[in-house]
Amino acid sequence: MSKIKQVLSVNFGKIQPDSVEEYVKAGGYEALKKAFSMEPVAIINEVKAAKLLGRGGAAYPAGSKWEQLYEIQEFPKYIVCNADEGEPGTFKDKMLLEKDPLRVIEGMTIAGKVFNSHEGYIYIRGEYRKIQKVFQSALDNAEKAGYLGNNILGTDFSFKIHIMTGAGAYVCGENSALLNSTEGKVGRPRIKPPHLAEVGLFLMPTLVNNVESFANVPTIVLVGGDEYLSYGTPDSGGTKLVCLSGHAANRGVYEVPFGVTLRDIIFDEEIGGGVANGGKLKFYHLGGQSGPIGFPEQLDTAYCCKVMRNNGLSVGSGAVVVLDESVCIIDYLKSVTEFFIHESCGKCVPCREGNTQLQFILDKFSKGTATEADFALMKKLSTTMAKASFCGLGQAATTALDSCLKYRKAEFEAHLNKQCPAGVCFTNEEGGE
Amino acid sequence: MCKQLTEKDVCEIIASHQASKEKLLSILLDIQDASGQNCIVEEWARVVSAELDLPLTKIYDVITFYEMLSEKPRGKNIIEICKSTPCHFIKGVNIVNIFEEELCIKMGETTPDNLFTLQYTSCVGACDIAPVAKIGDEVYGNLSKDKIVDIIKSYREAAICQK
Ligand SMILES: Cc1cc2nc3c(=O)[nH]c(=O)nc-3n(C[C@H](O)[C@H](O)[C@H](O)COP(=O)(O)O)c2cc1C
Ligand code: SF4
Repeated sequence: MSKIKQVLSVNFGKIQPDSVEEYVKAGGYEALKKAFSMEPVAIINEVKAAKLLGRGGAAYPAGSKWEQLYEIQEFPKYIVCNADEGEPGTFKDKMLLEKDPLRVIEGMTIAGKVFNSHEGYIYIRGEYRKIQKVFQSALDNAEKAGYLGNNILGTDFSFKIHIMTGAGAYVCGENSALLNSTEGKVGRPRIKPPHLAEVGLFLMPTLVNNVESFANVPTIVLVGGDEYLSYGTPDSGGTKLVCLSGHAANRGVYEVPFGVTLRDIIFDEEIGGGVANGGKLKFYHLGGQSGPIGFPEQLDTAYCCKVMRNNGLSVGSGAVVVLDESVCIIDYLKSVTEFFIHESCGKCVPCREGNTQLQFILDKFSKGTATEADFALMKKLSTTMAKASFCGLGQAATTALDSCLKYRKAEFEAHLNKQCPAGVCFTNEEGGE
Repeated sequence: MCKQLTEKDVCEIIASHQASKEKLLSILLDIQDASGQNCIVEEWARVVSAELDLPLTKIYDVITFYEMLSEKPRGKNIIEICKSTPCHFIKGVNIVNIFEEELCIKMGETTPDNLFTLQYTSCVGACDIAPVAKIGDEVYGNLSKDKIVDIIKSYREAAICQK
């Protein structure tokens, strides 16, 4: 039986992305029409019943987020779509923006209707400037066809969406940094609380959801929360776009229902197709650089936010970077840490200094100068960063390290004796070639 | 070379974004694109500061924070090589070496003709076609030595045509 289920990706490659006509012919905007005949609370109840968990990485229940914002009686409220997609190994929001932008626009418009908001913003990363043009064209066409802008569907409801661009900063994906950047400021995170539902964009109540989260909304409205939930597991409703990369045989974006196993995702012929060039799986990095690392013995874990979390794994953004046995864990972690050193905004010490110090220790392992005492030091550093960093970037920077220390301490220990099982360290050549 | 950017051009870019403070990033990216040097020199930063009624320090706060913006002149084409793990661990070709050899510069440098600057970038969201390089808004994937040679050639030829 096929492990693929197409809900979000049905239109990919089948319609001209910015054409309202083709989108409508494929069933688009039926959900918006239905939403106009529903009470806002009824829509929120469907989102809750659907158990839609945020697709930006944190898996926060969208229904609860929507309910909290709904209860706040302060206006204007803003709808913000997070299209910063900065987690390395993640390229699924790009697919939605590029291949079916109107689905995202419809989802945002339904949210606008629920919260009686008249202004929406989509923050698209600067690296996707070409896609910003496709998206703008979709917005223009939707407005021309009366699905966006003034008097939508002939009613007195008006809603506009503005594109804001990023300019290359991973931390801007963090929702409060995203709002600062949307306001034209430097994208450093804000202190929370107050939560963005209370004090968000321009200090007004704001909803921030990921691209894929918004893209699910039309389906939920159309088929109902219960039906949507049944696509996935009782804890994680619906489907997930997963992004396979690294040494996966079939790299790309695939839509799977929650509940398939990691083995299905990595090895199914229709999905990852196993390891490229007959290689052997060594580990896989889940949900981006801030996510945990999984090992072959965990492959039978169900891909469901709750089950994954209970097993120390995570769905995160949907990234699955597959690595074969040619990769040294220490070398890999150094690359991850380099990313965080580069992307740390520098606002707080645990993250700014912690990542630098961690790299220093990892480097000692790869040079064979580390000692037993460095294990305790890494643990302490990791705990300090997780507990004391100001935002999620620093808090999650050592997630991958923690998985490796827990399950593959032996590979670190081998390095104490100048042994690198992958044969990457202690040679005169550059690693990873 | 590109024609020199004038104050009038800069003001037009600002006006095209309704001189809105929120649009600062778009304004700076557009000025940088039009600069021919892939940077925002102090002269233009001052114009933005005046037109948007923002302190100059704030403009520089933003320019120096974001990876895509630069206060220092760079080549006409920025070649950015992805350094994140999905690209970095792809086996076979060392694309940094190939670019360095073909351009006769080291990572971080600009060619003497100011046509190319070579730098690293974090993930550009094209991991399905790793290893990748981004040049301007274009992303080139599944890179091999032959492909890289062709790409560089095409940019060189385009530059000659423009002259
Ligand atoms: C450092 C950092 C980077 C993040 N990057 C992104 C991102 O690129 N895209 C995204 O949707 N969420 C990102 N997030 C998560 C957001 O803060 C936020 O949880 C999300 O946009 C909420 O939407 P959701 O509930 O629909 O997932 C990031 C968080 C952190 C801490
Ligand atoms: S943890 Fe601190 S330094 Fe790191 S990105 Fe967040 S605020 Fe900036």
